[in-house]
Amino acid sequence: MSAVIINNIIKRYGSKKAVITALQGISFDVKQGELFGIIGPDGAGKTSLFRILTTLLLADEGTATVDGFDVVKDYKSIRQRVGYMPGKFSLYQDLTVKENLDFFATIFNTTVEENYVLIKDIYSQIEPFKDRKAGKLSGGMKQKLALSCALIHRPSVLFLDEPTTGVDAVSRKEFWEMLTRLKEQGITILVSTPYMDEASLCDRVALIQSGKILSINTPQGIVDSFGKKLLAVKSNDMLHLLKDLKQCKEVEDAYPFGEYHHVVLKKDGEELLKSYLEQKGYLFKLKEAKPNIEDCFMALMKTS
Amino acid sequence: MNEKVIIVENLTKKFGDFTAVDHISFDVHKGEIFGFLGANGAGKTTAMRMLSGLSLPTSGHARVAGFDVYKENEKIKQNIGYMSQKFSLYEDLTVKENIRFYAGIYGMSNRFIREKTNEVLEKLHLAAEGDKLVKSLPLGWKQKLAFSVAIFHEPQIVFLDEPTGGVDPVTRREFWQMIYEAAESGITVFVTTHYMDEAEYCNRVSIMVDGRIDAMDTPQLLKKTYDAVSMDEVFLKLARKATRAAD
Repeated sequence: MSAVIINNIIKRYGSKKAVITALQGISFDVKQGELFGIIGPDGAGKTSLFRILTTLLLADEGTATVDGFDVVKDYKSIRQRVGYMPGKFSLYQDLTVKENLDFFATIFNTTVEENYVLIKDIYSQIEPFKDRKAGKLSGGMKQKLALSCALIHRPSVLFLDEPTTGVDAVSRKEFWEMLTRLKEQGITILVSTPYMDEASLCDRVALIQSGKILSINTPQGIVDSFGKKLLAVKSNDMLHLLKDLKQCKEVEDAYPFGEYHHVVLKKDGEELLKSYLEQKGYLFKLKEAKPNIEDCFMALMKTS
Repeated sequence: MNEKVIIVENLTKKFGDFTAVDHISFDVHKGEIFGFLGANGAGKTTAMRMLSGLSLPTSGHARVAGFDVYKENEKIKQNIGYMSQKFSLYEDLTVKENIRFYAGIYGMSNRFIREKTNEVLEKLHLAAEGDKLVKSLPLGWKQKLAFSVAIFHEPQIVFLDEPTGGVDPVTRREFWQMIYEAAESGITVFVTTHYMDEAEYCNRVSIMVDGRIDAMDTPQLLKKTYDAVSMDEVFLKLARKATRAAD
């Protein structure tokens, strides 16, 4: 059974004069126990989708179910069984760590003791500060408390809206390690992120841009469907190299990519590109590159 | 590239008995793109606030754009630009009104503002959108416009605090193109980011750990020193040593 089924969801904001369509007909399923990533930049529609699935916002069109329950008709059942961690810190700042956790456990008719095993891995890291007010915690600790509170009633589906935004590379890695361990407990996890490099840590991902799905697949499947030859080129003058690469007629697209520029070739024009760069007088290093999710995202943005 | 526009010596900031920035020293040259990296809570924001004249150091010395951070912080503010992911333009003003407002604050003449506004809008391909409200622009355009506004008064240095957070990959690269062009025109760029591929685009990178600068060099030499294939790996190797809790 699918944990989440989304069928042609449309969400519009604004008045008649200026309508913004935040979600333009989104459909996909998330399997039970899956770690599913929704990957896209700010304004793509990630938060709107999460708020619809957690019954906090009504869609204009389309249907969705979570754990078999309809997001409109059965909203009460859904609220009892999902966990939701919004992008903005939403716990009670003037309650202590422990009070926040007790509060959420009580609301869901459970106790911290009953489900402690589920949150132990995460909560034990902030337990030494259990008498500190939530508002006085550091960002990393707030995040761990929010995740503990979202988990304390043992939800069947966990929604995490941009848990790693603004978080440094090390803490992001640690957070994803925590998610992988949670998944092993059988919880279905939907997580959104603007960081493309996090896609590879999901079972499947939906790439989303301007309210539309660009692609849904396993991370490997997305990379495999890139379908064009990708090269990496560098020289001592990267700025002019990029301008010249963009003007080469063998080149479909060229963009900076870390130490190198990535070059998408129209067809197999590698030799022609080399002689073009030699003609321009560049001393360059050129090698074949493996596309990653970001390369794919950019290619899909162009065609959509 | 030899003129130093930022000179920092043993700069330190304490909050009570907590040392947020602990004796950092470095120079930044004119026209350089200087990446200022570090984990959350490493002290980047505190250091940047001191360098932009918003916060007084506890000890140490620093000169920014030729001015002393203790005595001439108002002069510093006039000679730098600043932009962050959170800092945005006024949504309820038009594109042109925002430019006029910020340029006016920096004391630019009406004539300068008029002429340069057209130039900037042309460059951003926003000529047709000049009279539209900023809130109607897509996010990517807003960030590019915010950058243009931050350097409109032709500051010596621009401080960029995570300017590309949450921006789509294509716009993120267009944004870096603008950074390169600004640097070529002689503006020094001081930038923080959580995207490690962007660290590769900097001329030099410093990495802060627990209030200190643990490493500083070109991306190429950092990778060599730390025997890493990418800046991501360099960062992980250094930041994992941190003992301070992330903020």
